[in-house]
Amino acid sequence: MNADNAHPALLVDPAQRIFKVARRNFVDHEIYEAEKEKIFDRTWLYLGHSSELPKPGDYITRAVAGRSILFTRDAKGRLRALMNTCPHRGAQVCRERKGNAKSFQCFYHGWVFSADGKLRGQPGEESYPEDFKSRETSNMRAVPRYESYRDFNFVSFDPNIVPLEQYLGNAKEYLDVICDQTDAGMSIVAGSQEYSIRANWKLLTENSIDGYHAMTTHASYFDILMNTTDNLSTGTMGGFGYDLGNGHAVLEYGAPWGRPVAQWIPGWGEAGKSEIDRQYDKLLERFGKERADRIALMNRNLFIFPNLVINDIMALTVRTYFPMAPDYMVINAWALAPNDETAWARKYRLNNFLEFLGPGGFATPDDAEALEHCQRGFRNSKEALWNDISKGMGKDKPSYNDELQMRAFWTQWNRQMFPTPIPSIKGVAA
Amino acid sequence: MQSVSRSDVEDFLFTEADLLDQWRLPEWLTLFTDDAKYEVPCTDLPPDASPDSSLFYIADDRVRLGERVKRLMKRTAHAEFPHSKTSRIVGNVRINGRTDDEMEVSCVFQTLRTKDGTTDLYFGKSNYRLTNSGDGLRIREKRCLLGSEGLRPHGRISIVL
Repeated sequence: MNADNAHPALLVDPAQRIFKVARRNFVDHEIYEAEKEKIFDRTWLYLGHSSELPKPGDYITRAVAGRSILFTRDAKGRLRALMNTCPHRGAQVCRERKGNAKSFQCFYHGWVFSADGKLRGQPGEESYPEDFKSRETSNMRAVPRYESYRDFNFVSFDPNIVPLEQYLGNAKEYLDVICDQTDAGMSIVAGSQEYSIRANWKLLTENSIDGYHAMTTHASYFDILMNTTDNLSTGTMGGFGYDLGNGHAVLEYGAPWGRPVAQWIPGWGEAGKSEIDRQYDKLLERFGKERADRIALMNRNLFIFPNLVINDIMALTVRTYFPMAPDYMVINAWALAPNDETAWARKYRLNNFLEFLGPGGFATPDDAEALEHCQRGFRNSKEALWNDISKGMGKDKPSYNDELQMRAFWTQWNRQMFPTPIPSIKGVAA
Repeated sequence: MQSVSRSDVEDFLFTEADLLDQWRLPEWLTLFTDDAKYEVPCTDLPPDASPDSSLFYIADDRVRLGERVKRLMKRTAHAEFPHSKTSRIVGNVRINGRTDDEMEVSCVFQTLRTKDGTTDLYFGKSNYRLTNSGDGLRIREKRCLLGSEGLRPHGRISIVL
């Protein structure tokens, strides 16, 4: 592949505060193919949340890195991630999106599997050897690696990958802060936003942890927010970006919007105030003021390499995305909410979610437009070669609206794609 | 509402579609009552799901619908600047029920949207609750049930369906 001293993927010089990303990384077919093997086959990838399968027999089919996965809760209540393909001749065994079933029958030749993937029976059993059903190769294959952390379930197609908790590393603490909003557990709310953007998937990674674009890309959203928050008097924008290692990154910052747990805004009225106070008091009791304030009043855009975003902002959203081509990605997004919140809080949470987030909101469509216009701009990538993500380089503590988070992502991406050191900037025209 | 015929309803829905195609959104907004709702559920939800307990794509009350219109008329609504071109077809109009005050109407819609060399199709069924204002029909509720699996490949609902 063409990343060498003459064509580096990144151009980095801390002394001169230069960090550039080759625009070729967003358009090149060879890079897209290499990402499948070097990124998506070698990382932990989000599959789903345990709350999506509350009862034994519940199942979901989901696409992860091009594979078809059958995610089930077996008869004993254990979660299983199976490759959704018949061990006989390969047909997808389950063709429904979700449901509850005691067993799964491949419709092609009628093989029947239990929710743990074990072969239960097949037509014409007498024509197979006696021990056929007890052979491991007769069962649906489990995903090579499957582990979960605090109800977030991940799979990996790399049998030798480090354990999930080790992979999450410093990101674990931020997941804890988010999950600690309640001691009653969290659930995915019914309804999944399934959309797409005609742009390279890495543009959405950047956008999801980009505090710099908000005031311009989302100017029209902030106009609306002015009307519901008493001229943005509630909280001021401010905070920091952090490189969490392993390609993970986070922004943690204050913001003027209302937070269901737990920052009140005037638009929520007195009924809302007593509910938000109740939420806050519970946090205070459980954690003391410092951590309660962090959980309740700070916002987090948490990025887990390579394609999971958990935004703890005016609502809680879980978002994952996969490339289908260099210039097209598919995105799934869900709302996550505490199990013990009141009907009032659930309603206002979802109301808040839709105002900003999602393909019908007042912000996400403008993000999609920005990403698609970057992709269009990259048509000039043979002449205009580089993106600049140097904002805040050299600072002791980069701001939430600097670009440290993106540098964290790209550094890990480059490490996996091109294990040789980033070439020296000398002799390369920036 | 007893005297309103299906062709009266059709005229009204065709006018609504035309106002949207012409981007006359402030005028379009006057077709809604003060307590109106405009909703688009996610496509994996049942058609009668509630936005109070399920995640939708759009769940506007009249206030937010007003904000939506104001936003879409600004240059800073980047997804729709310059404005896309749209063409809406409304058909299979049926009156499914009526009381003195209100009628339930359903139709199918197909909306084509073109911008920057890409054309997308939005299609599905719309359920309306209409009322009579004395000055013609008004919309109390408009719920658009997308017929597609998710929002692919268009990826967004930046126009009004």
